[in-house]
Amino acid sequence: MRARTKRLWGIGAAALLLSSAVALAAVGLKQHADLFYTPGLIAERGMPDVGKRVRVGGWVQNDSLTYGEGADLDFIIEDSSGETVAVSYTGIVPDLFREGEGVVATGRFDEAGEFTAEQILAKHDENYEPRELKNAAPARVETDGAGQSAS
Amino acid sequence: MIEAGHFAAFLALVFSALQAGFGLKTDRVHAAFFAKLAFLAMAFAFATLIWAFATSDFSVALVEAHSHTLKPFGYKIAGTWGNHEGSMALWCLVGLGFGAAGAWLLKTGRPAFEARTLGVQGILSFASLVYLLFASSPFTRLDPAPLQGQGLNPLLQDPALAIHPPMLYLGYVGYSFVFALAAAGLIEGRIDREWAKTARNWTLAAFVPLTLGIALGSYWAYYELGWGGWWFWDPVENASLMPWLIGAALLHSVIVTEKRDSFSAWTALLAVLAFCFSMLGAFLVRSGVLTSVHAFAVDPLRGFFLLGGLLVLGGAALVLFAIRAPKLSGGPAWVTGSREGALMGNNLVLTVAAATVLLGTLFPLIAEAMGETISVGEPYFNLTFTPIMALALIALPVVQAWAWGKADLSSLWKWALGFAGIVAVFWLAGLGPLNIPLMAGLGLALGVWLIFGAAQEIWRRAKTVKRLPRMPLRVWGMTLAHAGLGLFVIGAVLETSTRTHTTLALEEGKASMIAGWSMQLDDVSSIEGPNWYAERATLTATRGGTTTTLQPEKRYYPAARMPTTETAIHKTGTADLYVALGDGRRDRAGRTRWTFEVFLNPMIDFVYLGVILIALGAGLSMCGRRTRTAKEKA
Repeated sequence: MRARTKRLWGIGAAALLLSSAVALAAVGLKQHADLFYTPGLIAERGMPDVGKRVRVGGWVQNDSLTYGEGADLDFIIEDSSGETVAVSYTGIVPDLFREGEGVVATGRFDEAGEFTAEQILAKHDENYEPRELKNAAPARVETDGAGQSAS
Repeated sequence: MIEAGHFAAFLALVFSALQAGFGLKTDRVHAAFFAKLAFLAMAFAFATLIWAFATSDFSVALVEAHSHTLKPFGYKIAGTWGNHEGSMALWCLVGLGFGAAGAWLLKTGRPAFEARTLGVQGILSFASLVYLLFASSPFTRLDPAPLQGQGLNPLLQDPALAIHPPMLYLGYVGYSFVFALAAAGLIEGRIDREWAKTARNWTLAAFVPLTLGIALGSYWAYYELGWGGWWFWDPVENASLMPWLIGAALLHSVIVTEKRDSFSAWTALLAVLAFCFSMLGAFLVRSGVLTSVHAFAVDPLRGFFLLGGLLVLGGAALVLFAIRAPKLSGGPAWVTGSREGALMGNNLVLTVAAATVLLGTLFPLIAEAMGETISVGEPYFNLTFTPIMALALIALPVVQAWAWGKADLSSLWKWALGFAGIVAVFWLAGLGPLNIPLMAGLGLALGVWLIFGAAQEIWRRAKTVKRLPRMPLRVWGMTLAHAGLGLFVIGAVLETSTRTHTTLALEEGKASMIAGWSMQLDDVSSIEGPNWYAERATLTATRGGTTTTLQPEKRYYPAARMPTTETAIHKTGTADLYVALGDGRRDRAGRTRWTFEVFLNPMIDFVYLGVILIALGAGLSMCGRRTRTAKEKA
């Protein structure tokens, strides 16, 4: 009887470990899977929850980039839908972050609908674009075939 | 020249097929002969590739796409494996190398088993060669030959990254031999002590370079990407972590099989899974199905091939396992409170941790199939992976002293008291003199607990100081690896929870304060290297009586039309002062402000020191004298 009790302890501990791992994973995926939006998707589905970490991708609108105090900067993300999202960011930008180029910003919306980015990703080199952007190109970029086809 | 290499690779394909055939027919002599021939042929083929890169032979398409005459000579050589096709050639070479090493070194006294192992290894090598030759050939010519190449991705022109792929592949592909051993053992229905002794050494031979390869990649990402961190839970990083975790589980479970003739089926399963995770990693990295911060040239068609290989080879092994596993012996009885129980717990934690990483890595794919684009980042892994591993690390010093079969648990309360004491000391020290957050205090306590546990375990075995140096290398290896784990935990927790990060924008001549350091921008000048030009900032950093000069750069490689960040790091002894140069921003008055990311990363060296100790410990435990359990048994 005692041996069986001990075996049960082991099985119980293992079951506890497994079930807590499953619970943690479920909570983790529910809370920490960052949804990806383009400006068009936001217009279609409505604003993401305030304070929830999301990623917004699209193209940096021409003449939208302005520099503020210190390392602050603001710019506008657009996509083929014609919708836009205004982004503010403090920090250094990737080497290939430019107006007219693809960008994916990770950050949060506040109550006023302002998007503050924590991280900005642009393409790595001339041949690589963030893969989420394949279908989100604004119309004017599509006419510029050379830059697009390489991805 | 390259045609000779191409031909040699085809020869290697034929030889590996013969190796597989003779091996499965249990002809040890001929299987070994063809294993060695196949390796020699592939070595020649690889040498012709290196030669083409070294001499900048741009008539070879691969050289044209990834090299340039202005590139430093060392990186021309390293460029051979700094691309998809070349790295797959390296994969084949390493696989055949393990086959040849097995043909030469496997001496178990069971020629049929050795032949079958070589046979299965031959099948794996054959499959990788088919993929190389028919889906990603590095031997293609260009006609006419261009005068200049496109250059290697400049991010890869780095010493750490030049040796990172060979290290990583020794690990990934090294597991293929463990897979072959498991398959041969399952075919014969013999996963016993002798098998475990052999498998343990070959697992270590793969585990050590895999560990070093991951550390090199992480170190490279730390100083080259300019993001100040050393692990980003990126799919490419996770792809290497999963086989590492499974390998670590296997190394612990194989001990039970070796010492107690127990856990046989489970050990065989892990041996099969380790290589499956290696192949899964190759698929995730090369197919481009997942978004990674590490740029890889990707091709969905190749991904399809890799996934097919994974499903066919892994599936076949699992079917074999399902047929044979019920026939394997169970070994002597044990209770939960025993060394068997402790190692089963270790395995449970490591595999569950690997499963959470797998889920987090693949979830974006599952979501995409349901029409949602998401990404899973650090917060998920901190919530799942970290607490599960922490649990195992708390238990490690306690349970490693448990005896086989049934342990004496009467001193359990002393251990609990000891752990509570260490936590209390570091928690209070963290609140008071050290002034660090709660998490950092707990992490520090856990690290010290692990190092204490490692020391206590070797002391328990040696009993006197005199006997310490004469302890077997295996025991020293375990001690070093577990102490290294402690150092790693200290470094990892302190670095992530007490790191300081600021963005600066400075005009020339201006200064700013960060974490007690005064940073003054002296100037930004243009400089030129062999195949790049750059803007280099010169900063003078002062704190107390210490003054140091930091020169971060922003390089541009015209051949690849690509910029890179060169960080500047000053080691203070307890931390890294880390500076990355950003863009220059001109205001309306015509003055330029230069932007910088500045990090103060405490104890980051412990992260790498810890990992190196783990690799060193694993290496030492491979060198240990052969134990005589088999003869004792007989």
